[in-house]
Amino acid sequence: MAKNKDMDLMESGAKVKLGTSDKIIRGFGYVFVTLYCVCCVIPFLIIVSSSFTSESVIRAEGVQIIPKDITLEAYNMVCKSGGIWWSYLLTICLTLFGTLIGLSIIAMTGYALQRKDFPFRNAISFYIYFTSLFSAGLAPYYLLMVQTYHLKDNYLAVLLPLLMSSWLIILMKNFVKAIPHEITESGKIDGAGDFKIFTALILPMLKPALATIGLFLALGYWNEWYQSSLFLSSKVAVKPLQYTLYEIVNKTDALKNSVAGQFINLADIPQESVKMANAVLATGPIVLLYPFVQKYFISGITVGAVKG
Amino acid sequence: MKKRKSDLTFFQKVKRSRTLLLMCLPAVVFFFAFNYMPLPGIWVAFVKYNYRDGIFGSKFIGLQNFEFLAQSGKLLSLTKNTILYNLAFILLGNFLAVFVAILLNEMRSKWFKKVSQTLMFLPYFISQVLVGILVFNLLNYDTGFVNGILTSLGLERWQPYSDPNVWPVLLVIIYLWQQTGYNSVVYFAAIMGIDGEMMEAAKVDGANGFQRIRYIILPSLKPTIVILLLFALGGIVKGNFGLFYNIVGTNPILYNTTDIIETYVYRATMTDFNFSTASAVGLYQSIIGFVIVMTVNWVVKKIEPDYSLF
Repeated sequence: MAKNKDMDLMESGAKVKLGTSDKIIRGFGYVFVTLYCVCCVIPFLIIVSSSFTSESVIRAEGVQIIPKDITLEAYNMVCKSGGIWWSYLLTICLTLFGTLIGLSIIAMTGYALQRKDFPFRNAISFYIYFTSLFSAGLAPYYLLMVQTYHLKDNYLAVLLPLLMSSWLIILMKNFVKAIPHEITESGKIDGAGDFKIFTALILPMLKPALATIGLFLALGYWNEWYQSSLFLSSKVAVKPLQYTLYEIVNKTDALKNSVAGQFINLADIPQESVKMANAVLATGPIVLLYPFVQKYFISGITVGAVKG
Repeated sequence: MKKRKSDLTFFQKVKRSRTLLLMCLPAVVFFFAFNYMPLPGIWVAFVKYNYRDGIFGSKFIGLQNFEFLAQSGKLLSLTKNTILYNLAFILLGNFLAVFVAILLNEMRSKWFKKVSQTLMFLPYFISQVLVGILVFNLLNYDTGFVNGILTSLGLERWQPYSDPNVWPVLLVIIYLWQQTGYNSVVYFAAIMGIDGEMMEAAKVDGANGFQRIRYIILPSLKPTIVILLLFALGGIVKGNFGLFYNIVGTNPILYNTTDIIETYVYRATMTDFNFSTASAVGLYQSIIGFVIVMTVNWVVKKIEPDYSLF
């Protein structure tokens, strides 16, 4: 509280002595940042607007920032076909399970690797860190997943690889570092085992870290399309949300390319407005949620920037 | 008498720390299964792969896969594209991030700061698939937003999706659009960490806004900038696959200026099933990347040992 007061005093002091150059910088800053923010938002407005525009208007006049006449046509069509709700369900399940499992493992590992009395901590840290220095590349990974693990067309191929990354474990280690070693010592004196110390004493103190890393994981699962594109073929009916979106959008291009000499059913080509409605539905939850979770991301970026 | 730690045998150490070891076990298994298990498969880069014989049964052909890639000029053009794009991303990205962070710091309206940071962060939260859709909506020939404006101004329509030369600029702009909000956070935090008294003293001594930026903020940011630039340079041969694949996709007209190592490897694996070629390019990338990271780490250690990775 006292600190805030000082800040306010400082600011009012600054206001009195505002020179010409400060005014120039500030004025330029407001203009530049405002314009930049407008650029950040416009593409989103276009998508939302075209999802509420009728197909004929889009065809005739192109997409607009503000819809000329609002219609729910596209959303009705999305609801009628219904496919996207199964993708929703799948993505929610993947996000929930993946985040919970990943977060538990990352937290346990991060704590153990930060314990100064753990003789293997350097060896295991390096073992994990090395994976970010050298990788086998896509082809050997793909062959392993498909031929050895037989994970083609299996949701585990999406769930498992996103559980953790060396970067997230390092981030967790950096968070744990801030907890004094005396906490662990006091637990030991009370006769608690290492796991008990972790769950009863350390975890409650790690809440901000869990929120931050949990959000990174959840965002990873929600925005997942890459593993799906590698391992989920057309044999799988329901695919994660973003990959479903990818397929809906790229179906049109594929059909357009195959136009030469082939009969194509125009009804198979998704309409522009329907594509946009799908995009809005697939992204909506994240965009609505993120102003509330933004501060956790910011803490993650600043803690992680030191090493990682 | 209690033994000193270093006197313990390996098995005694394991026994004493078995709980902590068990806590690490899932992660150890994970990285073994998904990061170490694929390593032997690198062998596929040295064989003429066929499905029936598998990776280790196919005919060994030595470095022929690499020779073919090098002789066709493919390796060189992929490397060139990947590195040049990354250089532009890193240099312009950090420049813009520092610029925005400094401007944000000069603002006094808390409300404005908060709202603008939220808006700038927005593009970072969406999937790369959506980025591809947003770009397509802006730029496509038939219904694109930009072409709508051009037409209403009586100008000729623009066809970026069939013009490879405009994409280096477009992709850099899209990258900056998506990443600047994220990148500026680190610099903003670094500026907030600058000693407030120093700023106040400068003001009392009559330093104007430009002088404060030039003589206090920029020098204070220098270590952060140098370290972030160096680490970014460590990843200079790693391309941003999601960005390129979702925007350019499989549009061969644009490959000349937009094909990076990742997109080439992906197509070789998933479209052509040419695992040997894909793996040869991937291995080449991993080795170069490894050498560069080691070099960068060595340099960082010389400048600022606290910041080195290992």
